[in-house]
Amino acid sequence: MGKKNQPDSEMLKGTLDMMILRTLVGGDAHGHTIAKIIERTSEDVLDVEQGSLYPALHRLEDRGWVSSHWGASENNRKAKFYRLTAEGRKQLVRETSRWRQMTRAIGLVMGEEGGAQ
Amino acid sequence: MSWKRFLHRKRSDSELQDEIEAFLTEETADNEARGMSPDEARRQARLKFGNAQKVRESLWMQNTPQRLTGIARDVRYAFRTLSRTPVFTIVAVAIMALCIGAATSLFTIARSVLLRQLPFRDPDRLVMVYEHHRGAGENPDSRYTPVAAADFYDWRSKTHGFEDMAAITYGGYNMSGERSELPESVNAAAASWNLFPLLGVQPAFGRMFTEPEDRRGSTVVMLTWSVFQRRFGGEPGIVGRQIHLNGTPFTVVGVLPSWFTYPNASIQLWVPYQAFASPELLQHHDWNQSQVVARLRPDVSLESALEQVRAVQYQLHVQYPHDPVSDDVIPRSLNEDLAGNVQKPLSLMLSAVGCMLLIGCLNISNLLVARGAARQKEVAIRSALGAQRIILIREQLTESVVICAAGGLLGIFLSVLATRLLAHAWKGLPTAQGIYIDGPVIGFACVLMFAAALVAGLLPALSTTGKTMLRAMQTSPRTGASSASRTVLRKTLLTMEIGITVVLLIAAGLLLKSFLRLRSTDVGCVTRNTLTLFYGVPGKKYDTPEKVNAFNETLLERVRAIPGVRAVALGNTVPGAGYWGDMVFTVKEHTPLMPGEEMPDAAVRWADPGYFTALGIPLVTGRFFTNDERGPRSYKVIVSRQLAHQYFSGDNPIGKHLHVPAHFHPGMPNDVDYEIVGVVGDTLYQVGKEPKATMYFPILEGDQNGVMLAVHTASDPLQFSVPVQKQIASLDPELPVANVLTMDQMIGESLGDVSLSARLVLAFAILSLILAAVGLYGVLSYLAAQRNTELGIRMALGAQRDQLLRLMLLDGLGPALFGLGLGLVGGIAATRIFQSMLYETKPLDPVVLSGVVATLLAVAILACLAPAWSASRLDPMQALRNE
Repeated sequence: MGKKNQPDSEMLKGTLDMMILRTLVGGDAHGHTIAKIIERTSEDVLDVEQGSLYPALHRLEDRGWVSSHWGASENNRKAKFYRLTAEGRKQLVRETSRWRQMTRAIGLVMGEEGGAQ
Repeated sequence: MSWKRFLHRKRSDSELQDEIEAFLTEETADNEARGMSPDEARRQARLKFGNAQKVRESLWMQNTPQRLTGIARDVRYAFRTLSRTPVFTIVAVAIMALCIGAATSLFTIARSVLLRQLPFRDPDRLVMVYEHHRGAGENPDSRYTPVAAADFYDWRSKTHGFEDMAAITYGGYNMSGERSELPESVNAAAASWNLFPLLGVQPAFGRMFTEPEDRRGSTVVMLTWSVFQRRFGGEPGIVGRQIHLNGTPFTVVGVLPSWFTYPNASIQLWVPYQAFASPELLQHHDWNQSQVVARLRPDVSLESALEQVRAVQYQLHVQYPHDPVSDDVIPRSLNEDLAGNVQKPLSLMLSAVGCMLLIGCLNISNLLVARGAARQKEVAIRSALGAQRIILIREQLTESVVICAAGGLLGIFLSVLATRLLAHAWKGLPTAQGIYIDGPVIGFACVLMFAAALVAGLLPALSTTGKTMLRAMQTSPRTGASSASRTVLRKTLLTMEIGITVVLLIAAGLLLKSFLRLRSTDVGCVTRNTLTLFYGVPGKKYDTPEKVNAFNETLLERVRAIPGVRAVALGNTVPGAGYWGDMVFTVKEHTPLMPGEEMPDAAVRWADPGYFTALGIPLVTGRFFTNDERGPRSYKVIVSRQLAHQYFSGDNPIGKHLHVPAHFHPGMPNDVDYEIVGVVGDTLYQVGKEPKATMYFPILEGDQNGVMLAVHTASDPLQFSVPVQKQIASLDPELPVANVLTMDQMIGESLGDVSLSARLVLAFAILSLILAAVGLYGVLSYLAAQRNTELGIRMALGAQRDQLLRLMLLDGLGPALFGLGLGLVGGIAATRIFQSMLYETKPLDPVVLSGVVATLLAVAILACLAPAWSASRLDPMQALRNE
């Protein structure tokens, strides 16, 4: 789908949701901030594709893991803010532990001591 | 959740646009901060975001269930195809509306009458309990014997399986007001005081009866809502006031709620059970005149509760060996009790309407197959382009679903009207449950709608899409090759349609013939030019036989004197007016009955000396009553020929005695012998029922208060109704007169429901016939069109027009004849089901069967003739040039 993405920056399927939830632990944020935080924390390895960010946000909202409200951004512009719900927090814990298991397992297969982390 | 998303997707889209805008603004600001020019900053932001339209689309898809869009597209497509052929659409929708409307109406009635519970408290624990003679037949008339009052009191006090039991009996009153309002004779019911609490009915105004009020001579009354509104203007102040019943003041204690029309809407007043009863009624175990409603205790099974009652009843049977006391009891549900007589015709009509619905479906199926031909190329191309067969089938099914849904909605609307009309026309229909369309009925109609759509749509859809692509593309109307299988399909559908139509026609023909037979039945007396009316002299004012006789004889004298009156009869009833009552008897001169032997019984009538002559009932032997057989009991009886035959085979019954153990005259000694003075011709108590042995007693004994006057006139009897009523009013202005009818009207009225069911089934059959004719016409026109080229070639090669006509006619008549054969077999099998509804009509009635065959052939030939004719008039040049 993403035409300008390098193959190595394509995100693993399903990890975007988890990362969005993780980002929101730090506090409410709007779409732009979320994308920026993910990019910056990943040292610009991960390039958030906007085409999947917004559908993902809406999907998370439908599932009740985040809630949204309109507010003013840091630059005083109108923006839609997302907030992690209690249910979302639980989901994040679940997904994180699943992720840990997965990377450890992959790490073991790839011959790294004690997994990737 | 997804529905909410689906419904809010417009808003969520506009929100997303705002969000995207917000992102772009932020990103632009960031870029500007990095030192880009505003234009470049904006451009870079857009580049970073990518295709906003795509994001919107993917969210939109995410918010829309995929299946829904598919269905919406199919429906849109179906609407477009249907609106291209408005005539087809209108015909198809109209057929469906008629069929589904009729089916829904009948289902509404069936549900209301048979399935809907009565609006009482815990209706599933209510049950009717009847007496029963072991060895009585399966016929409901003999199976369920009404309950004797004395038995009822024993059941109630000696058994414990039922929470409570209540008795009901029926009668009538002359009602007049306090201030000499018009007198009126009304139907009344008497119920033991506990009936209303047992049913869980609360009065709308006032109160119920109390236990001490349920005694002989009680003068309290409850009004039903209809009489309360009609006669007392809905004024609650009537409670506590008095009304006059048979000249006695009764106090109105309460008014029943408007929904309470149990057991039927004709009951106007309720009085306590014992208020009706003579002491004899309460004493004897063989005066079977009541119905018993019982409420089962929650912890007891119906069988064990009944077992107790059965034991008590058997005990009574043993205790009174010489009286006809029943030896068993039998339960019946309240619904069945009310529906008794309508169950059979109702199920017959339901099956008839089901057949019609099936024909309607087949017809639409047939029409759709024809349309499928036109779209074959389109379907082939689409499947070549990769359309899945299931999707093509779904698309075509949607079309029939749209037709059936439109027809169904229209049909439900129609059935609202039809149900009201039908319920109104159907006199015997119980209405206590209320007849109306409710949720389950609508659900039923919807299920019907989709079932019809499936039946009508699946076959054509399968047949259109089933071809391999290549074959479908290859076929052309010129070769006609593709149409072969479709033609077979259409002919098969048509054969089925005609077969079912024949079944319906046979049923309708038999019912109609049976009805005509009933109509022309000879009840055994004069019915032409005879006016009947009913009046009752109140027992309070006319308290001795002399007073009653004086009134009756003066009236007879005066009516006879009216010019144009040929003869006058006075009796308690006339032939054809109903059962009235029976009594058991033994013949004194015969050897006594063995213990356990059933005592013979006979219908009972009272008659004045002129009764038989006036009604034209012939004298067989002996004599009629004389004017001397009056007052102090004469103990004379006249019997019908049938009674003489049955019980005096060969002997001369004159001078013999009938011993009547029952006690039908208040204050009369029991066990009386009546001398037979005459034998008269047989009459029917009701048209359509078996004749019954009858005994007549002299009415001049003067103890019959309610009597029927029959006036045989020289000309139109209805012209005499006012003069006769004037004579009654001149003798006693307070006397109400009821049921002023000619005898033909009265008999016609008793056949009303029979005629209704015959006419309805006939209407369904005719509709089916029309549908089948339309189908036949459609198939043949289609065939003719298919064979246009072929016919043109035949003509060019020298075929004569009448040869072509014959060819086409035979082609169309083939399925008609085949269907006719199938239908005859099916119809003959089906008649077994409703044989018991037929009166003096054999299921294989040759007149009906040949009539059906002739009608169907005539209609089939007519339907085939038009297309066959136009095919044979084809211009060969035109036909050949067409392709």
